[in-house]
Amino acid sequence: MSSFIPPREDFDILSRTVYGNPLVYLDNAASAQKPRIVLDAMRTLATTGYANVHRGVHFLSAVSTEAYEKARETVARFLHAGHADEIVFTKGSTEAINLVSYSYLAPRIQAGDEIVLTVMEHHSNIVPWHFLRERFGAVLKWVDVADDGSLDADAVDAVIGPKTKLVAVGHMSNVLGTLAPLKDIVARAHAKGVPVLADGSQSAVHEIVDVGDLDVDFFAITGHKLYGPTGIGALYAKRFFLKQMRPFQGGGEMIGEVTMDRITYADPPARFEAGTPPILEAHGLAAALDWLMAQDRAGAKAYEASLYAYARERVRELPWLRVIGDAPDKGAILSFESENMHAHDIATVLDREGVAVRAGHHCAQPLMERFKVSSTTRASFALYNVQEDADRLINALKKAKEMLG
Amino acid sequence: MDESLRELYQEVILDHSRHPRRFGPMADATHSHEGFNPLCGDKVKIYLHVGGDGKIEKISFEGKGCAISQASASLMSDMVSGRTVAEAEKLMDGFIHLVKGETVDDLSEDDRETLSVMAGVSEFPMRVKCATLAWHTMKSALDAEEKK
Repeated sequence: MSSFIPPREDFDILSRTVYGNPLVYLDNAASAQKPRIVLDAMRTLATTGYANVHRGVHFLSAVSTEAYEKARETVARFLHAGHADEIVFTKGSTEAINLVSYSYLAPRIQAGDEIVLTVMEHHSNIVPWHFLRERFGAVLKWVDVADDGSLDADAVDAVIGPKTKLVAVGHMSNVLGTLAPLKDIVARAHAKGVPVLADGSQSAVHEIVDVGDLDVDFFAITGHKLYGPTGIGALYAKRFFLKQMRPFQGGGEMIGEVTMDRITYADPPARFEAGTPPILEAHGLAAALDWLMAQDRAGAKAYEASLYAYARERVRELPWLRVIGDAPDKGAILSFESENMHAHDIATVLDREGVAVRAGHHCAQPLMERFKVSSTTRASFALYNVQEDADRLINALKKAKEMLG
Repeated sequence: MDESLRELYQEVILDHSRHPRRFGPMADATHSHEGFNPLCGDKVKIYLHVGGDGKIEKISFEGKGCAISQASASLMSDMVSGRTVAEAEKLMDGFIHLVKGETVDDLSEDDRETLSVMAGVSEFPMRVKCATLAWHTMKSALDAEEKK
């Protein structure tokens, strides 16, 4: 194990028990626990500086507006975006991707135009593009992954053609853990004049993301996987794109002027943030990102990798499990299936041992189809997990085998 | 090991799930329906042959899913075969009450005892949907118009 010390004491929930056993939380890819500092920050703003943003002239409105706009700067810093106005707050990465689908691509797509996706996408990076297939006759072009789950930039490049209008790719698979060669994919797509959207829901948690270096055009993140609150996420988009995009939802905040017979729209990012935003949540997200950026992130990444390697090695003791996703470059996500035991039954036994994992199709049904499984069990690690968590997982799996056989 | 787990995964449940009774398609079904649990991706298809007297002469199912959903489908098929549609629906109501941990009356002693192997599900609220999938699917099949 590396010298990184997991910041467990920042998370009150990690000291609780479940069915009499100390909690082993291995469902981080679904949602991460929140450090105390995030909850404190939200509470402090709510109790000392809360009001609606942008419209009030009073003191509290100024405090909240400042906190909200400062959160935008924090997200920009976290993603290494050049400008804070390239950050649009959304309720999560799902909304961020839907925003790109609606405001950017929908007005530009015609029947027969192509959208390139990979088979390892989460439904949130599939369904918004299916909408364009249904409504405008767009064609979805799927890039396969190798049997070990790795994704090759050549394979993406091969599918990008003269009719491709967008490449939409998950930066890190929520099932396989595969890290996409994003920089390479962006370079190949740009060489053909095609913009790239990356779903950073998983990757931003574990990787240091530099959207400038990646040169990616759209990048979506979600707060609750980043040790922050639910209901808040963000879309990074280059100014070049944001400027030409039509509004998403209509309402307050996003307008320039409204009369009885015409409207003008606010400049980005306000144009895409109709209605009162999740103010406390944005502030909480900023606190989470500040907390995360204060960690030794390179150390945390190496630590998570060593935890994963340890768990992966110990799974070999259980030959009745088949691991899905062994790409050389991957995050700490361990998915497996068993021919005789259904993922839900395994997860139920694990739960009674205090081990929280995810079981099911993980909102990635095309990937399940690709690997010819109906569901998998998934253990996903965070920087607060410890080696003992992996041991408890293995022991609980042995009990599941004993019981379900 | 947790007692409620032993109760949930008792031998008769595992036996039903490993060796499901009446598994497979039915060429002369009068009713069929495919049920789907979008949360977990489990699927079950129920085939019924209902006679003119409203009696379920044959039932079979196909599907893929967890031990609970498969055992429940198998147990259900065993139990409703040879009964009238009205009796099958009464059984379903009883079963749903049972797995939700509610009082079950209106069922014969024998039926209650047979169904009781699934009673352990009530300790696992997240798994109630697995247990009821086959029954809801059978109901949808019966409610749908008869195939000509």
